[in-house]
Amino acid sequence: MSKHHIEMTINGRRHTSDVEARVSLSDFLRGDAGYTGVHVGCEHGVCGACTVIVDGKAVRSCLMLAVQADGAEVTTVEGLAAPDGTLHPVQQALLDEHALQCGFCTPGVVMTLAALTNGDAKPSEAQLLIALSGHICRCTGYQGIRRAAKKLASADHGGKT
Amino acid sequence: MKPAPFDYVAPATIDEACAALAEAGGGARVLAGGQTLMPLLNLRMSQPFIIVDINKIAELKGIARGDGCTRIGPMTRQCEVIASEALARDLPVLVQAVCHIGHHQTRNRGTVGGSIALGEPAAELPATAVALGATIEVRSTRGTRHIPAGEFYLGPYMNALDADELVTGVSFPDWPKGHITLFREVAQRPGDFALVGMVGALSVEGGRIARAGLGWFGMGPTPIRAKAAEQTLLGLPLDRIDTQAVAERAIADTAPFDEHHVSAEYRRTVGARIFGRTLREALKTGELA
Repeated sequence: MSKHHIEMTINGRRHTSDVEARVSLSDFLRGDAGYTGVHVGCEHGVCGACTVIVDGKAVRSCLMLAVQADGAEVTTVEGLAAPDGTLHPVQQALLDEHALQCGFCTPGVVMTLAALTNGDAKPSEAQLLIALSGHICRCTGYQGIRRAAKKLASADHGGKT
Repeated sequence: MKPAPFDYVAPATIDEACAALAEAGGGARVLAGGQTLMPLLNLRMSQPFIIVDINKIAELKGIARGDGCTRIGPMTRQCEVIASEALARDLPVLVQAVCHIGHHQTRNRGTVGGSIALGEPAAELPATAVALGATIEVRSTRGTRHIPAGEFYLGPYMNALDADELVTGVSFPDWPKGHITLFREVAQRPGDFALVGMVGALSVEGGRIARAGLGWFGMGPTPIRAKAAEQTLLGLPLDRIDTQAVAERAIADTAPFDEHHVSAEYRRTVGARIFGRTLREALKTGELA
């Protein structure tokens, strides 16, 4: 099967590779580029764990081929915290509200909230909560995640991705 | 849970895409937003020889109004429909319907044409196209066809497209300013497939129903137009409509089936209730307008 040359920016760094067309973006990010913060759960778009930001929008990376992200700008959970280790406001809010336990679903939740609160966006609590319906968490019972979302809806949260 | 190997092309024009589909002789799948095809590939329920990715075809994107209709390019993403001020003004019920498709994250990739072509019986967009009398434009190397949405769906995931044809546009006829919109669905959780749903529009002239487009989703093997209910409503004065009787007539056009978490009887019962309630509330709004 044909190989395709692709080039994309991941967390601000350029990556080039030759991939088979059937490789999903999630597998490419984990296996080829080494960003294992992208968690692969169901691989059919139900669980939301693999959510990353592609060209500013939160998408399921298991439902996109790596070859389709040619030329795109991709952000994974590894790209959020500042170089000195300061957490992104979304990460800090989840930490403060005890919104994670095993952490498997967390990177996806973080990326959805980060995409929606990026820049000048001022999403309402309702908007954030309905977007969180795209994530399945099997251990927190969601209440901590909901509290974090509530905090983010009202907080002033910088301009970082 | 990885796709079987396939070849991949990403044409830049409709003509190139049609040529690729013609050459594949039925062994190709078209990749639009991928929010259904990618799961099917990952689960190996679909194993095409070649994927024709239409994401790079600029002429398949966009929303334009003219000639008495709003034409939506099939590669218009669902999130773009939700963000469109023109659609919020001209076809608010379409925006309402699209807000219920999947999740925020899947609407960022999922497209209008992908959902229209798939023909999931419980999906919002095909039913909206059928209810509002949309026309689906399809192209192949052999030419262009315009298929009424009401004739497009043949069964679950079965449509009138030939293997070499590509959906190139969906045209929704204009509805008069201030028309009444109806939409309601029942699902187990936000983002789940609807168990029962209804969608439609009504226009009023001189206090009477002048035009009606009503449809069901999740109520049979295809989206269903509620023709008997439409006929009952036409010409009736707003204050003389027995909404529950209309809902019962609407149910007569459905053919729901049993599934593991919902019975056909449940669908008929709940369907009649939500149809009647949505109609009643919409008419109340219409009287005030």
